[in-house]
Amino acid sequence: MNCIIIDDELTSRIILNQHCSGVSDLDVIEEFSNAIQAMKFLNANEIDLIFLDIHMPDFSGFDFIQTLKNPPKVILTTSDKGLALDAFEYDCIVDYLVKPILFPRFEKAVEKARSFSQRDNSKAEANNSGSKSTVTTNEFYVNIDRTLIKIDTDTVNVIEAKGDYIFIKTTAKEYKVHTTLKKIVDKLPPNVFLQVHRSYIINLSRIVDIEDNSILIDKDVIPISRSKRPELMRRLNLV
Amino acid sequence: MEQPNLSNIQSIARGSKDFELKLLNVVKEELPTEIDAFEKYIKEGVYDKASEMVHKIKHKISLLSMEQSYYTAEEFENELRNNNPNLLMDFEEILKKMRIFLQRY
Repeated sequence: MNCIIIDDELTSRIILNQHCSGVSDLDVIEEFSNAIQAMKFLNANEIDLIFLDIHMPDFSGFDFIQTLKNPPKVILTTSDKGLALDAFEYDCIVDYLVKPILFPRFEKAVEKARSFSQRDNSKAEANNSGSKSTVTTNEFYVNIDRTLIKIDTDTVNVIEAKGDYIFIKTTAKEYKVHTTLKKIVDKLPPNVFLQVHRSYIINLSRIVDIEDNSILIDKDVIPISRSKRPELMRRLNLV
Repeated sequence: MEQPNLSNIQSIARGSKDFELKLLNVVKEELPTEIDAFEKYIKEGVYDKASEMVHKIKHKISLLSMEQSYYTAEEFENELRNNNPNLLMDFEEILKKMRIFLQRY
C-alpha cells in the first residue's frame, strides 16, 4: 500500500514515518505539513491510505476529507480522545489513533486499512462480474459510550431494531447501539445474515427451527415478514 | 510531583537508539517554537490561538510520559477556548519541567 502523512507537527510525521518503515508493504510516498498541499497532491496522484491529523491550522481533518471526491482509506491521528464519534460519519475512516502512537496499535490500524481495501476490491470485483457479493470481514465495530467494541459476526444470533437503537444479540451478551438496521446490514456477510422482518436481521446458521411465520434462534422467537419468507426458504438447505 | 521520562519515546523507538535521539532532537527543536507562539498569544489575549498551541504541546507532554500533566493541558486547552486562562500557572510549571528535562539531552 502506498500512503501519505498529513500533520502540521514534525514530531508526529517523524513518528509515523518510523512506524511506516516497520511495515513491509507500506510506502510513504509523501508527507505534508498542511492540508492544501496535500489536496493538490491528491488531485494528481492515487494513493491507498492517508494518515491524517484532525487538528491542523485553518483546516480540520474532517474538513479535509469532505473536500475529496473519492477519498482513500483514512487513519485519523489525534491527541483528542473525544472525536471518535465524529469519525463514524465517514465511510473512508478505518481507524482512529490517539497520540502518542505506539507501533503495535499502529500496525493494527494498518492491518485494518488493508482488510477494508481488500474487502472493497473484492466487492468491486464481484459487482464487475455481475455476481452477488458474498465477501465481508468477520468482524465489525460498534460505538457504545464512545468505546469502539469489536463484534465477531460468527457470534451474532439476531439483530433487532427498536426505536432509534438496535440490539445485537450475541452468544455471550447483548449490545445496545444507536444506529439503524440499514446501516449495519452492509457490515455483515450477506451469505450468513438475512433480514427476515422490518425489525430483525438473523444469522441463518443460528436457526433452531422455523414454525409458520416465526423462527426460533436461541431463546428468541423472530417474526418472518410475508415478503421475506420466499428469500428465507430459498436460502435454507431444504431437503 | 510528576517528572518527565523517556519511556514513551523508547517504546516508539523500539530499541533504535538512533531514532530515540532523532525524535528527542525534533521535540527539542519544535517545542521552543510552540512555547514562544503560545506565550505570544497569551500575552496578546488571543486565547483560541493559544489553545491551538497547547494542543500541539500536549503531544510532547504525552511523549515525555507526563500523564497527569497531559490531563491538565487538555483541561487548559478546553478552557482557553472559552477564554479562561485560569490554569496558566499550572501549565507554565509543566513547560518548565519539560524544558529542564530536555536540557539534559
